[in-house]
Amino acid sequence: MIENVDLTLVDWSRAQFALTAIYHWLFVPLTLGLSFILAIMETIYVRTGNEEWKRITKFWMTLFGINFAIGVATGIILEFEFGTNWSNYSWFVGDIFGTPLAVEGILAFFLESTFVAVMFFGWNKVNKKFHLLSTWLVAIGANLSALWILVANAWMQNPVGMIFNPETARNEMVSFWAVLFNQVAVDKFLHTISSSFLLGSMFVLGISSWFLIRKGEELMAKRSILIAGVFGLLSSLMVAYTGDKSARTLSEVQPVKFAAMEALYEGKTNAGLIAFGLLKNSDKKIGEKHVKEFAVKIEIPDLLSVLTGGDKDAYVQGIIDHVSGNKDKGILSVNDKIQKGQFARDVLLDYKRAITLKDNDKLDEIKGVFSVKKFQDEYFRYFGYSSIDKPEDVIPNVPITFYSFHLMVILGFLFIMIFTLALYFLFKGTISDNKWFLWIGLLSLPLPYIASELGWVLTEVGRQPWIIQDMMPVSQAVSQISSSAVITTFILFAVLFTVLLISEISIMVKQIKTGPKH
Amino acid sequence: MTTIISHLFLQHYWWIIVSLLASLLVFLMFVQGGQSLVFSLPANDLQKTLIVNAMGRKWEFTFTTLVTFGGAFFASFPLFYSTSFGGAYWVWMAILFSFIIQAIAYEFRSKPNNIFGKKTFDMFLFLNGSLGPFLIGVAVATFFTGSRFSLTNMNQVHWATPFYGLEALFNIRNLSLGFAVLFLARINGLLYLMNTVDHEELLKRGGKALVTNSIMFLIFFLFFVVTLLFSSGFAADPATGAITVERYKYLHNFIQMPIVMILFLTGVLGVLFGIGISIIKNSVKGIWFTGAGTVLSVFSLFLIAGFNGTSFYPSSYDLQSSLTIRNASSSLFTLKTMMYVSFLIPFIFAYIWIAWKAINNKKITEEEMKSEGHVY
Repeated sequence: MIENVDLTLVDWSRAQFALTAIYHWLFVPLTLGLSFILAIMETIYVRTGNEEWKRITKFWMTLFGINFAIGVATGIILEFEFGTNWSNYSWFVGDIFGTPLAVEGILAFFLESTFVAVMFFGWNKVNKKFHLLSTWLVAIGANLSALWILVANAWMQNPVGMIFNPETARNEMVSFWAVLFNQVAVDKFLHTISSSFLLGSMFVLGISSWFLIRKGEELMAKRSILIAGVFGLLSSLMVAYTGDKSARTLSEVQPVKFAAMEALYEGKTNAGLIAFGLLKNSDKKIGEKHVKEFAVKIEIPDLLSVLTGGDKDAYVQGIIDHVSGNKDKGILSVNDKIQKGQFARDVLLDYKRAITLKDNDKLDEIKGVFSVKKFQDEYFRYFGYSSIDKPEDVIPNVPITFYSFHLMVILGFLFIMIFTLALYFLFKGTISDNKWFLWIGLLSLPLPYIASELGWVLTEVGRQPWIIQDMMPVSQAVSQISSSAVITTFILFAVLFTVLLISEISIMVKQIKTGPKH
Repeated sequence: MTTIISHLFLQHYWWIIVSLLASLLVFLMFVQGGQSLVFSLPANDLQKTLIVNAMGRKWEFTFTTLVTFGGAFFASFPLFYSTSFGGAYWVWMAILFSFIIQAIAYEFRSKPNNIFGKKTFDMFLFLNGSLGPFLIGVAVATFFTGSRFSLTNMNQVHWATPFYGLEALFNIRNLSLGFAVLFLARINGLLYLMNTVDHEELLKRGGKALVTNSIMFLIFFLFFVVTLLFSSGFAADPATGAITVERYKYLHNFIQMPIVMILFLTGVLGVLFGIGISIIKNSVKGIWFTGAGTVLSVFSLFLIAGFNGTSFYPSSYDLQSSLTIRNASSSLFTLKTMMYVSFLIPFIFAYIWIAWKAINNKKITEEEMKSEGHVY
């Protein structure tokens, strides 16, 4: 409804959110994963009374503390950015989206912050069991907070459990349970926490490998690898399972994103799964956008049809199906959706006009239209399309979506192999002798970070141009402030977060080199 | 249940919850108050370490309360969230920056190889400690003095000044509340130190600082309260929602809601009593009185800002765009769902109390700072 959309403002607002989210996500997965590893290690200490386990726990806890602080620092901005940079969005959906954020604060953050103080400072102040309980509660609190923010994000991918209220010009929640148990939310939560457990495990494995390479702290390193190996292997299997589940759900609720993940332009039966591929521009265009084609690809025949539809004859929808429409498959073209969206928007504008003119008869009439299910299902659900200019605007950046997905999947399989090998060598008693593997363990430490960030790139870039799927494009969601203000804060964030990251890595490396205290 | 609990009831209920969170936040900013003294109060490095560690064990509570305050405001009054944050951009950004640098400063300051040195991180603590309470005070003052914005018929905000919120700093009443909150935070920080740290010389220095900070607080606080009582306010017609300027609106609110006035006066007396026994009798229990007094007075100020047909976020640029708890709130369904969640708050208070007591059962000493524990 904003007449003149300032694309500079939209782009910088997106850039700022991307920057702050990417930085925040450098630290959160380690908090989620390492907190459970700490809890497991401390449990062993409390059960066995073996002081070495306490020493091991405290060593990893020091690294946890450094990471936790910067995770908190980079996190606060995200919640408030919804208001500062996406104020139209905040109003349009605040009735639904605000709830998980508030619940996150009330239920999860207090749990985490209360007991993290006991965890750090309570070793000599509370008894062993209370301390152990605190460590577990930190892990649970951290992961609970992930639940609520992921519920909020899942709603943006698949808006459910709400109805549009013309009087307030916003969406309002009608079912909290539908929002909470949104299939996308369930998939996203399980996939995200298991991938964070994996990241935490790889962090422990990588640093422990370094100790073994240097032949120092061997007992601590091996015990740590044992915990990280088991936890990491289970988590990486869970990541594969939940990733597959997420992709299936995606094919139903965000078919354009799904098609972009596979760079599938033409829908087809017997669709193969691309195991590896490199894209290039083809001669074909959709509007002003080049269609991408494969310069190189390794394809597993029929597998995409089997995975999404259950058999090889299942039809997998392509990007073109959604841009131009496919009557046989019951898919509307973007132009059809734009028309329907514009109709819905005109009805809303009529309603607002009637309020201004105090025309009560007209108001009642339009209220009646809004309560008709057919209007909601066949017109209003395309409300967001009223702001789409050209059909090709609904296509996300295909190369970014494709590469981020495929690289993430390849890394996912690599992690399963690494954890399996770590456990194999550990149980065989030869882990210290296999230097090559220890180097792989160490050098793999950044890889889960890359995979995890790629997952978010896929999620958010693949959803473009929408901030809420089919309902609101990013261009309509942005706060109407000057773009120079956003550029300034972008630069400030970029400098500040980079400086803090450098300091954090430097401190972390020093603490690792110092090793556990005796 | 549905018929008993009206939308209007829930709008009041949630304003009370938001006010409660705000008042707890102002109390918990004793952490910021303590940080703002990090250069001026200690006589040496050890004393500085004592101050930082006393505050550092509680910073997460303040931080979490701020985040929860934001989340609760977003969920219950989303139009405020979109209007204020999306318009007064620079004020909120400045507040956020000051909290970002706080969160890492504790953990990083004394760690080897932190690159920038202890002084830089202490400066971060000082900046957060000074700017955080001051700017939050200024932002809250606009609840009474108004801001310059308008809303479209789709409730999209247009800020009418190119300063995006920084213009609040040009209003003397806003500044007075900003400084009052800052000096109150410093008072609470000093009293918390007296209660938690076992170090005679530091406490002596704290006692002296308490006198000057109390005088400064009283000057700014009295100025704000007197001008508030004699100023015009923004009244909302309960039937039509139309906003008008009413002379002595906030004084009227106190008179028409005597319980709120009693809460306010009790709060102010609590703060003064806490300061008094600390200065006169060298008591270490002052924090309990100033803390409770802070919560009561901030809570009642929020109630007169939002209750009794008052616009809690007025626009002096376009009166009819002003926000009230009725026109800015979430739907009945959302407020009710959140009300059920809010029933867990007493349970949260209970475990915070247990954990707080467990950590504070022994005073912080020099010896502890030299031990191998988690020391900032």
